[in-house]
Amino acid sequence: MDNFEPHIYELSAPGKHGTNLPRLDVPETDLPENLLRQDDLNDFPELTELEVVRHYTRISRNNASIDTGPIFLGSCTMKGNPKLHEEVARYAGFAAAHPLQGDALSQGALRLMYELQHYLGEISGFEAVSLQPAAGAQGEFTGILAFRAYHLDRGDHDRTEVLVPNAAHGTNPATAAMAGLKVVELKSDARGNVDMDDLRARLSPRTAGMMLTNPNTLGLFEDQIVEICRLVHEAGGLMYGDGANFNAILGIARPGELGFDFMHYNLHKTFTTPHGGGGPGSGAVGCTAALAPFLPGPRVRKAPDGSYELYTPEKSIGRMKAFHGNFGMLVRAWTYIRTLGEEGLREVSETAVLNANYVRARLKDLYPQAVDRICMHETVLKGQIAGASGVRTLDIAKRLIDYGFHPPTIYFPLIVPEALMIEPTETESKRTLDQFIEAMRAIAREAVETPELLHEAPTRAPVRRLDEVRAARQPVLRYDAEAFRRLREG
Amino acid sequence: MAPNIPADLKYSKSDEWVRAEGDEVVIGITDYAQDQLGDIVYLELPQVGASFAPGQSFGAIESVKASSELYAPVGGEVVAVNSALEANQEPINRDPYGAGWLVRLRPSGEQEELLDAAAYARYCEERAH
Repeated sequence: MDNFEPHIYELSAPGKHGTNLPRLDVPETDLPENLLRQDDLNDFPELTELEVVRHYTRISRNNASIDTGPIFLGSCTMKGNPKLHEEVARYAGFAAAHPLQGDALSQGALRLMYELQHYLGEISGFEAVSLQPAAGAQGEFTGILAFRAYHLDRGDHDRTEVLVPNAAHGTNPATAAMAGLKVVELKSDARGNVDMDDLRARLSPRTAGMMLTNPNTLGLFEDQIVEICRLVHEAGGLMYGDGANFNAILGIARPGELGFDFMHYNLHKTFTTPHGGGGPGSGAVGCTAALAPFLPGPRVRKAPDGSYELYTPEKSIGRMKAFHGNFGMLVRAWTYIRTLGEEGLREVSETAVLNANYVRARLKDLYPQAVDRICMHETVLKGQIAGASGVRTLDIAKRLIDYGFHPPTIYFPLIVPEALMIEPTETESKRTLDQFIEAMRAIAREAVETPELLHEAPTRAPVRRLDEVRAARQPVLRYDAEAFRRLREG
Repeated sequence: MAPNIPADLKYSKSDEWVRAEGDEVVIGITDYAQDQLGDIVYLELPQVGASFAPGQSFGAIESVKASSELYAPVGGEVVAVNSALEANQEPINRDPYGAGWLVRLRPSGEQEELLDAAAYARYCEERAH
């Protein structure tokens, strides 16, 4: 850990400070007791401004970010974040607006929200959109609460089950459980799609709905989707679309037309708002006219005089988030949609799918495909390299760090042994994809010839392989000088 | 490396093993399951006295890779749990059929469809590719 930046507490010395306050020009007096902090500030770090700037700048240089290299994290859509979006989000009219300044003084911001609701509805084939939810999982939660409210509103009290494929994101079953419903897991078939026989067997008068990602987490299109939606509707259930993989079908297929009743949009994935430590998410949701009365408010509508106003739908499940959602993200998503337009968005998905298939086709001889099919925007391979039985996907991922690449998603979906889930996105050039492919091919050779290189990796990162087991079993969750000393001494 | 699958145990499709001992049964997770999960870092076991139907979740297990439910292959009442695992889950990885046992049940007579060792070995083989 020699080249590791010391903890900020270790850089502290008593009496150092980073601000110069003006000379005191009023009589000095004690603060009232009730305004004094009761917690102990004795150990609070004391540094100069320059020390603080250097400390965080040094740490930031160890950051992997989309601005320093590609991040092929499957299911995360780590695409480039255009700098134009940052400029627009910083316009004073947006950045300095106060959420309590009232509709009359917020017409520009409300117009942007109104238009974004419309665009997202148009792209997905849905009647109504709410921009409230803070991120994807909260969007899911919104949808399942709306399903529940819809059934109860119809006097249908027995729908307590949510069907979830075994390839689903973990947030799907977690959402259903959070909403107080029972999760019913569905099998996948040999082609990596929902097992239709299992679906038919599990549907019942207890079915509240089904949650499905399309394309699914294997990066494969659910080509039975129309029939799936028909069966679920026939049983009286509703279809929830997890929008995590929406980047594959923009301008090509509209979930509302496929038969979904409700979906969330990961604005921070598909619509480029920075994420993964770089910014908050945004999980706007869209739905059919039948579910629109249950959407969280406030939504934005046009008043008869042409002005924009906030309102809450009549049977709304309530707020999901303070004020208007993560508004800065809405500005970025609006800018993205307006920059690309209809044709540009379609091209996003076409290029994303082409890039994923290029990587898949050039790696599948060394890394077996989970399912031997053309993929959508991401591909799931297996880290089962012929002649390298001692090497696991974790070793391959760690070795990629030595080649300068952020590893892809690993060990997900859970139904694929030794899974490597690669999502290149449309914003990476062929040159970058080729560099990644060459690194992956070199690692496959090393796995056979010099497997110790993989077992020891990473060797060129600021830290060596982290002891994940010890971190999970003996977590140190706050600064503790004694615990840090013990860790360092191993 | 092929997983260790002792011939004298019964197996569930959710990768638990069952061993009959007198009129009680002992349950744990298989070598295949511990290998797939990787190092176990957290375990949640039921209270003694709790009852479970076959196929019902009786606890949860978490590794650095994933967290999974534990399903009762056999219905019954819990008569003992391996409380030594609360502080250290390492025996589950090192000795899944011995020191890594999870619970001891008094069976109710109901059970899931269980596999013998040969059938379970085939089931593991199918999933490995």
